[in-house]
Amino acid sequence: MRVTSSPARQPANRTRRPAHGAATAALRAEWVKFRTVRGWLIGLVLAGLLCVGFTFVVANGHHQGICTGAGNCTAGHPFVPNGPGGEAVADSYQYYTQPLIGDGTLTARIGSLTGVIYTGPANQAPSTAHTRAGLAGWAKVGILLTPSTRQGSAYAAICATGSHGIQFQHNYTRDQPGRSGTQTSSSPRWLRLTRTAETITGYDSDNGTTWRQIGTTRLAGLPATVDIGLFATSPVTYQDGATGAATQATATFNDLTFTGRTASGWTARSIGMSPRDYYPTLGAGSTHRSGANVTITGSGDIAPAVATLAGGSTASESLLFGIVVALVVVIVIATGFITGEYRRGLIRTTLAATPQRGVVLAAKALVIAAVAFTVGVVATALAIPLGHHALTTNGNYIFPTSTTTQVRVTVGAGLVLALTAVGALALGAILRRAAGAVTAGIIVYVLPNLLGPGVLGPGAPAATWLYRASPAAAFSVFGALPRSALVSYPFTLANGYYPIGSWAGLAVLAAYTAAALALATYLLHRRDA
Amino acid sequence: MNDASIEVSGLRKRFGPTQALDGMTFSVAAGTVTGFVGPNGAGKSTTIRVLLGLDYQDEGHALVCGQRYAALKYPLRRVGALVEAAALQPSRTGRNHLLWLARSQRLPTDRVKEVIDLVGLDSAARRRAGGYSLGMRQRLGIAAAMLGDPEVLILDEPFNGMDPEGIIWIRGFLRSLAARGRAVLVSSHLMGELQGIADQVVVVGRGRVLADATVDELVARAGSDRVLLRSPTPSEAAAVLQRAGARATVTDRGTVIVGGITAQRVVEVLSPAGVAFSEVTAQRASLEDVYLQLTGGATQYRAGTQVQP
Repeated sequence: MRVTSSPARQPANRTRRPAHGAATAALRAEWVKFRTVRGWLIGLVLAGLLCVGFTFVVANGHHQGICTGAGNCTAGHPFVPNGPGGEAVADSYQYYTQPLIGDGTLTARIGSLTGVIYTGPANQAPSTAHTRAGLAGWAKVGILLTPSTRQGSAYAAICATGSHGIQFQHNYTRDQPGRSGTQTSSSPRWLRLTRTAETITGYDSDNGTTWRQIGTTRLAGLPATVDIGLFATSPVTYQDGATGAATQATATFNDLTFTGRTASGWTARSIGMSPRDYYPTLGAGSTHRSGANVTITGSGDIAPAVATLAGGSTASESLLFGIVVALVVVIVIATGFITGEYRRGLIRTTLAATPQRGVVLAAKALVIAAVAFTVGVVATALAIPLGHHALTTNGNYIFPTSTTTQVRVTVGAGLVLALTAVGALALGAILRRAAGAVTAGIIVYVLPNLLGPGVLGPGAPAATWLYRASPAAAFSVFGALPRSALVSYPFTLANGYYPIGSWAGLAVLAAYTAAALALATYLLHRRDA
Repeated sequence: MNDASIEVSGLRKRFGPTQALDGMTFSVAAGTVTGFVGPNGAGKSTTIRVLLGLDYQDEGHALVCGQRYAALKYPLRRVGALVEAAALQPSRTGRNHLLWLARSQRLPTDRVKEVIDLVGLDSAARRRAGGYSLGMRQRLGIAAAMLGDPEVLILDEPFNGMDPEGIIWIRGFLRSLAARGRAVLVSSHLMGELQGIADQVVVVGRGRVLADATVDELVARAGSDRVLLRSPTPSEAAAVLQRAGARATVTDRGTVIVGGITAQRVVEVLSPAGVAFSEVTAQRASLEDVYLQLTGGATQYRAGTQVQP
């Protein structure tokens, strides 16, 4: 009944290159598939353009002005100094200083440290007319050495604080803690600051005879003549609520001992306390000297700047809406990359060509991740300078961001789009239908971003939770505002600080995508094609 | 070990309440064209999908080139398949469809041009596949199946939507493949399409093989059985023949279809009984008749439209 069979013919070997395995072949096939559908390419360009366009629109909607008198406003912003590292800083204090030529030492005993906190309405300029007694935790009084009293200059200081004990601080962001405990009249503190060439060393003592070194630093390029003197400053405190209240500190120094050469006598100066300076201060600074006692009253801070006080923004904040829009477009394309094959039965041709189903899904994921990453990086690289330009034109203060941060935001945008695209692809493989997959993709990857600040309100605990545990956590990669332990400030979502670290946030997004991909791989293997 | 190019053995598969495959067993040898026929829903496409590793069987095994399809490296170089001709991304050109398939098998780009020429699609290759007629899609699907110059070809309903010229072309093409030693499995729900090209025919219904034979054997089996009788008294003739042990049915047109005995024996029975007759013809059945006879009991949907004359 059967026809006699002839021996099976051996296939001709058509390989011209050495075989690198079916996986790279599948990858190349999926790339050809992607690039040969014009709608997808157009969609990607559209995603990039929308991202850039919305960044410009959002940035262009921000205006900052300085108003004098009744509604007479001009575009511009208060002065925010930059520290030696290029970071935005606060540099406002009362200073009683004299020049020091070459090496030398200044020693002083702190007799008392007291303060007041503004209690008047938040919408008025703080004045000493409405205050209560109280000392801000980061009120600082002590000895400060600086090559220049220009704001943002390098410095080193040894100081007593409201609640952080003795601190040796330098260049705004660095500190070495010393003796803890609060300054009182019954337990006085002696402070000493020494210059030896470019090296500054801080000491403290509780009796004026036995000294302990707290910290030392080298201020590179320190000129021969520097300013050395006593200072007092007291920052905005948030101990009474989210709004913040300006404070003032008063310190009495005794037993001032100066060794070294000087050119002229002591002078009192208020640094960074003029109306054009951004940092809110309470009252005018003052200095009184009677014999060996010097009383200094000051307000302000010498520390990294924080967002709401500086009133500034970053171009990366303007980027967020554009990224959300781009996410939607990328989700549509990424799901279509696989649901289109299910819709038309093409998936069977694909799996007949590459029976290793996991390899097919991995190849698709790599292709869609690569294109989404490219779109994210290119769009952000274009959007940030454009947003920066629009913000600057409208008089906005822009927080300076380091090159590292800019690279992190740009690469982060690529990673957010890529991880979302892979997740959407996985949802497409799970649900097999475009409508369902796009809906699921938007619910999982876009909705938390809209729900977070938009619906729940940035101050809501649920919004903070969303930015920790939902895919929206990855938006922390766009956080360009630095935090500092040297400032007592609510670093909250409402103030523009994300509740999770950049890479941890991306890891949360990656976890969602990995889970979707794992389920997709399992189902792809288990189900009939 | 069987040296068949395709070997299907005891396949069972259930989709919910439907037993799609119920012990499907057959094999296809190299150098032959095997027709795979049966009404819609008989399990042809499911069998082919199991063969290609797309659907998983509940029981049994399906081998191509002596292996599971999924175990083949660059499978399109060993097995070419046309599963669904309409399965194309509409905005991708025919050429680019073949290009990604070539990439997936590490085949040179030149091969794409070769198969486009082979199926006569060069004028349409650079147009979007969404604008193709079903016939052009079938040609593109055959081009895709031929891309790896495979030793085994599996074509599911390649004649669907083809114009007469295209059908003639495919028939010639399949014969030429078999002549060059390829094993060809071609499914159809129309037996007539396979007459003249299939060496072997596997007739299936309700998920199992009803007949597996050469075309001649099938025709002979059915045709030897039937005699057409014309008589002025058909009822009486039928009664006489039935008493003699034959099957006899009177048709609407007054003729009698006799089964179970030869034409010679009909004459021998009727003449002594004095029954008049004007014609006794031994009928040679067409492949289509055989098919109807075989699948009559196996057709799941008796609407009548799926089996066309």
